[in-house]
Amino acid sequence: MEWMAWTPTVAYFFSAVGVMLLGMTIWQIVSPSIPRRGFLPLVTTRGDRLFLGLLSAAYISLAWTGLTDMNQWYGTAIAFTVLLIVMRWG
Amino acid sequence: MKPINNKAWLLVLPVVLCVAFSAVIPLMTVVNYSVQDILSPEQKVFVGTEWFKTVLRDPELHGALLRQIIFSATVLAIEIPLGIMLALALPAAGWRSSLALVLLAMPLLIPQNVVGTIWQIYGRTDIGLGGVALHALGTEYNYASNSLHAWLTVVVMDVWHWTPLIALLAFAGLRAIPEAYYQAARIDGASRWAVFRYIQLPKMRGVLLIGLLLRFMDSFMIYTEPFVLTGGGPGNATTFLSQYLTQKAVGQFDLGPAAAFSLVYFLIILLACFVFYTLLQQSQSADQKG
Repeated sequence: MEWMAWTPTVAYFFSAVGVMLLGMTIWQIVSPSIPRRGFLPLVTTRGDRLFLGLLSAAYISLAWTGLTDMNQWYGTAIAFTVLLIVMRWG
Repeated sequence: MKPINNKAWLLVLPVVLCVAFSAVIPLMTVVNYSVQDILSPEQKVFVGTEWFKTVLRDPELHGALLRQIIFSATVLAIEIPLGIMLALALPAAGWRSSLALVLLAMPLLIPQNVVGTIWQIYGRTDIGLGGVALHALGTEYNYASNSLHAWLTVVVMDVWHWTPLIALLAFAGLRAIPEAYYQAARIDGASRWAVFRYIQLPKMRGVLLIGLLLRFMDSFMIYTEPFVLTGGGPGNATTFLSQYLTQKAVGQFDLGPAAAFSLVYFLIILLACFVFYTLLQQSQSADQKG
């Protein structure tokens, strides 16, 4: 694994992604998602909303990094809030 | 609805393993590289989001991205209508149709580096047929020193190489339209344009969206042909995203910035894929309803 040049931060990140996917799978088995339409202009399942939320979060984080010099944690907080909004009302 | 059993998931396992080996593990490695300054295989320094800041504020990257968007938009704007026109002009059946399809598909069989070499020689003003002919017409054509000429050559090369794909897809879409639609149009006295606008185009929507997706992804990742033809020049005139990335990763061995840029590139592609996929899904559900 040395060649993969692991850092603790990236390991936590991918662990979180793994836990999220596992959690979503269990959630889906226990309570299957019903496609619905929220404020997004398309019918989505829970998994679709997670994907869109994560994609939006990634773009917000990149925009924060590229456009501002403020602390990255603020950008992360905004990105996480957007993820939650998309998951709940998207 | 309760599934009968979940054994089918086992059949997906080989694909999951292949994708993990060829995509997920390399992606994880790239993420690791993007947050470190790799001084040597043993010496790495964690730098956080520093490389992302560097690449996102790099004017050269902005230039490459802009050129890439213009290139993809240009080739799509030419290839899609041209492909449709070719498909409409092809004989519908018989040996002429088969011959035309084989001839049309030939550029698709040529490897990208060979396409680059063909056009590099073709456009040369000393020995190339195209270059010499353009000179004989009184132009100062030279793709090696003139940015506009280099652009035109790269665009024409891509159109030559990939329009047949759209034409073949559109042709398949046209052949799938039942004759009854045309009979109804004839009875109604529909014009040629009306037949195209209200029968052929809507029926080709699915295959054209697939063609659009394939061509967008491919043009957005273009590397070999312009690299062989112009080497990204003159200056940076035809340096697109892939070539910029390769210069960073392999040429300058800046693994950190190259990895950060790869992830930005990946996110752009991911968004584009999602948009096209959604359009395709909506088109298919519209077809099922219609």
